[in-house]
Amino acid sequence: MSEIRELYQEVVMDHTRHPRNFHKLEGANKTADGYNPFCGDRVSIFLKLKGDRVEDVGFQGAGCAISTSSASMLTEAVKGKTTAEIQALYDVVHQMLTRAPGTEFDDEKLGDLEILSGVSEFPTRVKCAGLSWHTLMAALKGDKEAIFTE
Amino acid sequence: MTIPKPANNQKKKFDVHSVRGDFPILRQLVHGKPLVYLDNAATSQKPQAVIDALVRYYSTDNANIHRGVHELSMRATEQYENARGKVKTFLNAADDREIIFVRGTTEAINLVASSFGHKFIKAGDEIIVSNMEHHSNIVPWQILCEQTGAKLRVVPITDTGELMMDEYGKMLGPRTKLVSILHVSNSLGTINPAERIVKLAHDRGVPVLLDGAQSVPHMAVDVRKLGCDFYAFSGHKLFGPTSIGILYGKREWLEQMPPYQGGGDMIKSVTFEKTIYNDLPYKFEAGTPNIAGVIGLGAAIDYVNSVGYENIAAQEHALLEYGTKKLSGIDGLTIIGTAKNKSAVISFTMKQAHPHDIGTILDAEGVAVRTGHHCTQPVMECFHIPATARASFAFYNTKEEVDVLVKSIDKVLEVFG
Repeated sequence: MSEIRELYQEVVMDHTRHPRNFHKLEGANKTADGYNPFCGDRVSIFLKLKGDRVEDVGFQGAGCAISTSSASMLTEAVKGKTTAEIQALYDVVHQMLTRAPGTEFDDEKLGDLEILSGVSEFPTRVKCAGLSWHTLMAALKGDKEAIFTE
Repeated sequence: MTIPKPANNQKKKFDVHSVRGDFPILRQLVHGKPLVYLDNAATSQKPQAVIDALVRYYSTDNANIHRGVHELSMRATEQYENARGKVKTFLNAADDREIIFVRGTTEAINLVASSFGHKFIKAGDEIIVSNMEHHSNIVPWQILCEQTGAKLRVVPITDTGELMMDEYGKMLGPRTKLVSILHVSNSLGTINPAERIVKLAHDRGVPVLLDGAQSVPHMAVDVRKLGCDFYAFSGHKLFGPTSIGILYGKREWLEQMPPYQGGGDMIKSVTFEKTIYNDLPYKFEAGTPNIAGVIGLGAAIDYVNSVGYENIAAQEHALLEYGTKKLSGIDGLTIIGTAKNKSAVISFTMKQAHPHDIGTILDAEGVAVRTGHHCTQPVMECFHIPATARASFAFYNTKEEVDVLVKSIDKVLEVFG
């Protein structure tokens, strides 16, 4: 149960039960949809970009605890950041989720997001945590097609 | 003094713990806990007899089959064709030539869609499937419909997960050219009234394919009693190897159908002017087949016969009843698929946790279940759910394992409750 407790920590469960910024964002100028056919998780990311900076963000969707909490934490993490800062953050999150067991990652930039580091111990769940992040990057790039991860 | 011998036809008494001893994979710990394998609808485990048959074939008899004059080729051919005979008897088919070796149920259905489909199905014709089909009994027909202009009709299901037979009856009409419906549902466990499905179609002169992937591991199938025109199943769900399956087809149809794939073994003679196709069943077996898989499937059929379908059915029925009772008592848990006539499959959702989270927590307890849409997205849409967690049983599962499943679901409630 210890790894399970590590995966489903209090903070994760809190974001699952009370997802932040969980709404369609009026006036969003960048959006994208993500879908994981493996488990049926769906997420839509809405961004209001002013110049190069994310002024506001929202998300909607349905999925497991890992995908919902990851998306919720994502919205808190990217608000107010520039696209370059978000790209840097994405790179660290990606490294954290897909790293080999026991290896280090650059945890200083992560803040609360570090709570998801336990996901790397569960290879079948990495896509759950990554779905909203892939969808976020697609929204920034302006991809209209839905993102599929499996 | 002489000891009386037991009669040969007397089946050995069923003892689940002794049967479990036949499956070496079950003797292991997963995450430090004894493995509780409840993913049998996805694939079944293999008895030592099947593993030994594969090892023996590759260790002593491996050669390519047919037209070989040397000893090994003759041995391999004999075992390969022997297995065809076993499948014929197993399904009670009329003739060995009605048994086609394919990769699995999916390839069997694709074969019929491609070969029967292009010969007999034209624009405006209709093919009937049901709302509970596996994707492998939907997509081949959609491809055929795209290519020919035929139309797919879908028999709806009730909220218990049973076919609406009245709707099916009404759907059968002069345009219907084929019915393709599953015998047992992989995601709901529903056992469909196969004989009635065939009878209604035959009354209209419409042939029927039954997808038997989830039936042969659990019940004796008699294709002549069912009356179906085609029957498909996979070896790996029947305790045999992967990538070997069966298409049974009535000779009258198979004779009329063009080859599915071209290549070696499916021809009598080849010139650039004219190629003459081989007779049944070889017309549909192009290229070197999965010889070891066929021999392993034969061993699996022998094994299942030695356990006996009466014992299999009794054990699985007990597991289904016990599991259903135990799981129904869990707060927030809903069983999806509550047909009266049901196979030992329990699909469920929980209001507290997503199926994927349930699956991860159960896995940590050594319990293997499947989570997701089970390749039946239309079923999930019907029940307005994204996915289920599914425990599917085989005769080697025990009531104690059901108890472990229930205790593991308690752990889900500890984390999510």
